[in-house]
Amino acid sequence: MSGGGKILRRIGWGLLPPAAALLFALAISSIVLQLSGNSPWTTFSAMWEYGTRERTLITTVNLAVPLYLSAVAVAIGFKMGLFNIGVEGQYRLAAVMSAAAGAAVSLPPVLHVPFIILVAMVTGAAWAGVAGVLKATRGVHEVIATIMLNTIATGIGAYLLANYFQDRDNSLNTKTKLIPTSGWVPSLNRLLGSVPTGANLQGFLVGALVVGILFYVVVWRTRFGFDLRATGLNPFAAQASGVNAKGMIVRTMLLSGAIAGLVGLPEMLGFFHRYTLDFTTGLGFAGIAVALLGRNHPVGMAVAALLFGFLSSSAQILDLKDVPKEIVGIMQGVILLSVVVAYEVVRRIRAAGEVRAAAEHDRVREPAAPVPA
Amino acid sequence: MRHHRWTRVLALLLPLALFAAACGSDSSSVSSDTTTGGTSKDLKVGIVYDLGGRGDQSFNDAAAAGLDKAVKEFGLSKPKELEPNQGGENRAQLLRLLAEDNTNLVVAVGFLFADSVKATAPEFTDSTFAIVDETVDAPNVASLKFAEEQGSYLVGAAAALTSKTGKLGFIGGVETPLIKKFEAGFVAGAKKVNPNATVDVKYISQPPDFSGFNDPAKGKEIANGQYAGGADVIYAAAGGSGGGLFEAAKATSTAAAKHWAIGVDSDQYNLVDASLKPFILTSMLKKVDVAVYQTVKAMVEGETVGGKETIFDLKSDGVGYSTSGDNIAPDVVTQIETLKKQIIDGSIKVPTA
Repeated sequence: MSGGGKILRRIGWGLLPPAAALLFALAISSIVLQLSGNSPWTTFSAMWEYGTRERTLITTVNLAVPLYLSAVAVAIGFKMGLFNIGVEGQYRLAAVMSAAAGAAVSLPPVLHVPFIILVAMVTGAAWAGVAGVLKATRGVHEVIATIMLNTIATGIGAYLLANYFQDRDNSLNTKTKLIPTSGWVPSLNRLLGSVPTGANLQGFLVGALVVGILFYVVVWRTRFGFDLRATGLNPFAAQASGVNAKGMIVRTMLLSGAIAGLVGLPEMLGFFHRYTLDFTTGLGFAGIAVALLGRNHPVGMAVAALLFGFLSSSAQILDLKDVPKEIVGIMQGVILLSVVVAYEVVRRIRAAGEVRAAAEHDRVREPAAPVPA
Repeated sequence: MRHHRWTRVLALLLPLALFAAACGSDSSSVSSDTTTGGTSKDLKVGIVYDLGGRGDQSFNDAAAAGLDKAVKEFGLSKPKELEPNQGGENRAQLLRLLAEDNTNLVVAVGFLFADSVKATAPEFTDSTFAIVDETVDAPNVASLKFAEEQGSYLVGAAAALTSKTGKLGFIGGVETPLIKKFEAGFVAGAKKVNPNATVDVKYISQPPDFSGFNDPAKGKEIANGQYAGGADVIYAAAGGSGGGLFEAAKATSTAAAKHWAIGVDSDQYNLVDASLKPFILTSMLKKVDVAVYQTVKAMVEGETVGGKETIFDLKSDGVGYSTSGDNIAPDVVTQIETLKKQIIDGSIKVPTA
C-alpha cells in the first residue's frame, strides 16, 4: 500500500468515531425533542440559521478560545496519564492575580500584555504545582488534590478580591481596578472587514493558535514530550529506560497549570479588562470534555472546542422558540459518551484487521523461509 | 469473525438511520412555529432571570410574580423568559436576543446584568431595558433599586425583641456587597432594640461561586450550627438556600426552646410547606414584583421609564416585613412600626455596610 493511501486511511479511521458520535447525538436528541413535543427539524434548523449568522459565529469562536486553552491544559496531563481536574481553580486564581497585577503597573503595550500573561501562567503553574509536588513526594492522588485545591482557590480568590484588590465604587459588583488600555488585547474585527455592531472577535484567538502549535511541538517533537508520552503509555517501561517519574509529574503539572492560567485571559484582556465577581466559571470542567472529544490532539481539540462553542452559542435562540435549551446539554453529553464508545469500537476493528493482515502476511512468507532441519 | 465485524459497522451506521428517521417523520410540523412574531400590537415584554430562574421561591419568583400580574392585567402576549448558563457568560447574548426580537421592554433581574445592559442598551435605542438592583446610566434603561437594609433593619429588631437568648444568626447566600446590605441592616436593627444582642454571621459561598443562593443542604447545616451555638432567631438572605434554614428551625425546636427563622424577598410563610409555617417569624419583603409590575404598567400607559432610577424603600412600600400567620407578637409589631416611622422620617439612618 502506498504511503499516501495509508495516511488517508488513518485520517478516515480517525474521523469516523466523532462523526458517528455526532450523528448518534443528533439521533438521541431528536428522540428527546420528539418525546417532549418539539419538532427536531424546526429545532435544528433554527439553531443552524441563528448559529451561522456572522455575529453568532464570532460568539462561537470567542467561546471556543478559552475552551481550547482549557482542553490543552487538561491534555498535557492526560498525555502522561495525569488527570488535572483542577484547571477550574487554576484559571480562576490566575485571573484574579493577573488582573490585579495588570492594573497595578503601567508598562508600554508591548510589555504590558506579556506581563499579565506571565503572571497568569506563573500563578496557574504554582497552583497546579502544589498538586504535582504532593503526588511526587507524598503519593497524594492528583484528582483528590486538584479538586480540593479548586475549593481553596475560590476562597483565596474571593478573599484577595474583597480585601486587597477591590476597586470600590457604588456598584454592587465587586471587581479589581481597570487594567490600563496598554494591557488590553485588541479585537480582530479588522481582519473580518465589517462586523455587526457590538460583535467583537477577541484577539486572544492568536494566543490560542500559538498554544496549539507549541503544544504539538513540545509533546511530539521534543525529548520532554517523548518522556511525557512514554510515561503515559507505560510508566514502568519509561522509568526502566531512565525517565525520572517524579520529576516528570511535577514538570507536567507545572506546564498544565501554566496553560490553565491562560483560560480566563481571552475574556479579561479582550472584553472586561478586569476581574469581576461574575467572572465566567466552569471553563475548567468543560475543557476536560473538549480534551476527551478531541483525543488530546491539537487539531482534534480545536474542532471539539468549536463544536461546543457552536452548540452553546446557537442554542440561545431556542428559548425564543420555546424549546428547552437543555437539549444542547443532552447533545454534548451524548456526543462525549458515544465518542468514547465509538473510538473503542474502531480501535477493536482496526486491531482485528491488523491481526488478520499480519496472519496473511505470515502465510505468504512462510514457505519462502525454509526452516533449517 | 466476519459476522462480528459487520455488527460493529452496523452499530456505527445505526445512528445515521435513526437521525434520518427522526427528521423524516417530522417534516409535517415544520410550519407550526411561524406564528411567533405576533399580530397583536401590545407591549412585547421579555425577561432574563438570574441563576435559579423562575421557581426559586425567592428573588426570581418575585420578579416572575410581578410579570405574571402585569401580563394578566393588561392582557399582554406571553413574555419570553430566559435564564443564563451556569457559567453566566451569555448574559449579554440573551439581552441582545430579546432586543433583536423587537421586545419593547427587556427586564434584567439582578445586578450581575449591569455590564451586559450597559453594553447592549445603547445599540437598541428602540427598546427599553429595566435592571433590578443596579444603576445603569443610559436614556433607555430604568434602574430599579431597593433599600434592603431598611427592611432588614426591621426584621433585625423583630428578631432581637423575640429572642430569649439574645443570640441571633445571619446566613448570607454569597458574600457580595448586595448581601452585606442585608447583614448590615439586620445587625443594626437588632442592636438598636438590644445593644447586648450578638449576631453570628455566616456566608454559604464566596464569589464567583454563586451556589450559595441555591444550596439548601448547606443552609441547613449552618443553621443547625448557629442554633446549637445558642441562637434562637436566624435570618437567611440566601435565595433558595433559605429552605434549609426553615427545616433546621423545625428540626431543632423543642417545647422549652422555640427556634425561629426569618425569610427573605418574598413572603415565604405563604410559599413553604404547612409544617414549616409555625417557625417563620416574619419575612423581609423586597418587592421586586411591585417594581416589575409598575415598570410594565408605566410602559403600557405610555410613560417614559428609561433614564430613571427608582429607589424602592420603606417610604414607597418597596421593602417591608410580613406578619402572615401572626407568629410575630403584637407588642413587637408596635415597636417595629415606631422604628419604621423613624426610618421614613429620616430620624434613623440605616447603614448599608
